[in-house]
Amino acid sequence: MSVDGRPGGEQPVLRLRDGKMSFGDRTLWSGLDLDVRAGEFLAVLGANGSGKSTLLKAILGLRRLDRGSLAIAGQQPRRGSAMIGYIPQERRLAPPTPLRARDLVRLGMDGQRWGPGWGGRAKSERARTLLDSVGAAHLADKPVHLLSGGEQQRVRIAQALATDPRLLLCDEPLLSLDLNHQRAVVSLIQQRRRTHRTAVVFVTHEINPVLPYVDRVLYLADGRFRVGRVDEVMTSSSLSALYGSTVEVLRRGDRIIVVGVPDHPEHTHDVDERQADPL
Amino acid sequence: MSAQVAVLADRDSSWLGRIFDFSDYSQLVPLVHNSIIAGAVLGVVAGLISVFVMMRDLPFAVHGISELSFAGAALALLLGVNVVIGSIAGSIIAALAIGALGIKARERNSIIGVLMPFGLGLGVLFLGLYNGRSANKFGLLTGQIVAIDTPQLSSLIIVSIIVVLALAVLWRPLSFASLDADVAAARGVPVRLLSPIFMLVLGLTVAMSVQIVGALLVLSIVCTPAAAAMRVTASPTVTVVLSLVFATGSVVGGIMLALGSSLPISPYITTISFCCYLACRLIGAMRERRGWTPAPRSTKELA
Repeated sequence: MSVDGRPGGEQPVLRLRDGKMSFGDRTLWSGLDLDVRAGEFLAVLGANGSGKSTLLKAILGLRRLDRGSLAIAGQQPRRGSAMIGYIPQERRLAPPTPLRARDLVRLGMDGQRWGPGWGGRAKSERARTLLDSVGAAHLADKPVHLLSGGEQQRVRIAQALATDPRLLLCDEPLLSLDLNHQRAVVSLIQQRRRTHRTAVVFVTHEINPVLPYVDRVLYLADGRFRVGRVDEVMTSSSLSALYGSTVEVLRRGDRIIVVGVPDHPEHTHDVDERQADPL
Repeated sequence: MSAQVAVLADRDSSWLGRIFDFSDYSQLVPLVHNSIIAGAVLGVVAGLISVFVMMRDLPFAVHGISELSFAGAALALLLGVNVVIGSIAGSIIAALAIGALGIKARERNSIIGVLMPFGLGLGVLFLGLYNGRSANKFGLLTGQIVAIDTPQLSSLIIVSIIVVLALAVLWRPLSFASLDADVAAARGVPVRLLSPIFMLVLGLTVAMSVQIVGALLVLSIVCTPAAAAMRVTASPTVTVVLSLVFATGSVVGGIMLALGSSLPISPYITTISFCCYLACRLIGAMRERRGWTPAPRSTKELA
């Protein structure tokens, strides 16, 4: 299936026109045009503070654009839209949490509604089905604070899929996961994309774990941006122009190594290499 | 009260006899009828809210709120106005200040650390200026549940109904926001709005608890019950049920045990509540050693 090709006439899942966003008096990005179609995988790269999370907030309807227009499946973005599934980065959930993995998934279904939300056999069943679909059925009764990082991310994918979304927003979901769990998480997202043609917007500071699946890259830096295929954006000349200083992009087999990004140390050493160090 | 004092006069004077004395028990129960109802109502409210006090990591905030509630009650006593209104006012001012100024845990704790001694100091000042019965003074700090009169009981029941209804409506989104504010916000939960609303509800609960168990001991019913329950279960429903049982059991049990003694009720309540916690910790530790879930795979992972 050629997801990169542009099938004519189909409405994009996400459409951004002349988008501008600033933080205080600093422009994060402006004049941003972006279409993400069903089944497309867009990786969003850039340093901390380059406006990646702000873009996600705008898509989630939590922040307004300073200028321009944004449509999710032809509609204005709105808070809590069932069309969007959100996968956050892994974080430790504090021990006093009276919730199990299946409760976490259930909150993804109807956690925004008022009321105690007790009962509902159908919903419990659906939570189990969702957990099963990400290979986490055995975790259903495990307290969330006892889940390992990889287990937690699996459960969060089930949670994000609870509303059967058309767009998956992934906010650094691989951060602090080891290589095996990174692969597992990416392949679950890829599987969903393949079977349901769910569009994926994947914010990451490290492209290599998702490289085989990425259709296009949005690279944000210093108020400027580049959008295009991986081999258009991830080149020495393109990133050097973006940063306004010499940046070298090396391709080693199936990996991309970016060297010389100013002031952003996380790019100088690769996630894979860091994981190789025994702790 | 006077009947109880008469009973106290010919009491066994050994200290054990002062702690536990069940002679004339059947005559005493009707005298504390109101207190037992008040205790049960408070137990329900405290048991429910303690689940969120734990989930939102607010025990210290509860303590801070209760000190300002004490100051409010002390001022009301000094001015000769309704103590209930004074304690609710103090409580709500503290709850909103903590909610508005301290979003991040670290920031919140420092604000509480600053507010708490100030509130307690004000309370001591007001009590120092007050010339009335000294039992009233001490009661605000360590509890005065025996002295519950009918108007006080009605106000307690009204406020409790408000708190329980508010919690029922807020329950699901508040759980979501407490567990994971980012995802909850992404799913459309008004996370920023929920925080001050919850602090308001918490303020009301603390104000009621202060009048009954006293400012210094509020945590024993607004934190310990859920802290104990969460040691033994991760099921949201079982947590709520256990927390309710522990809170109500502690307050009502404390009142019943203290009935025959000449001592304040608070130590009985705090001791029962602490014993619940100890028992739950023990059971929880055993459960964790066996592996939390019955599935053999996770047992291995935990071991």
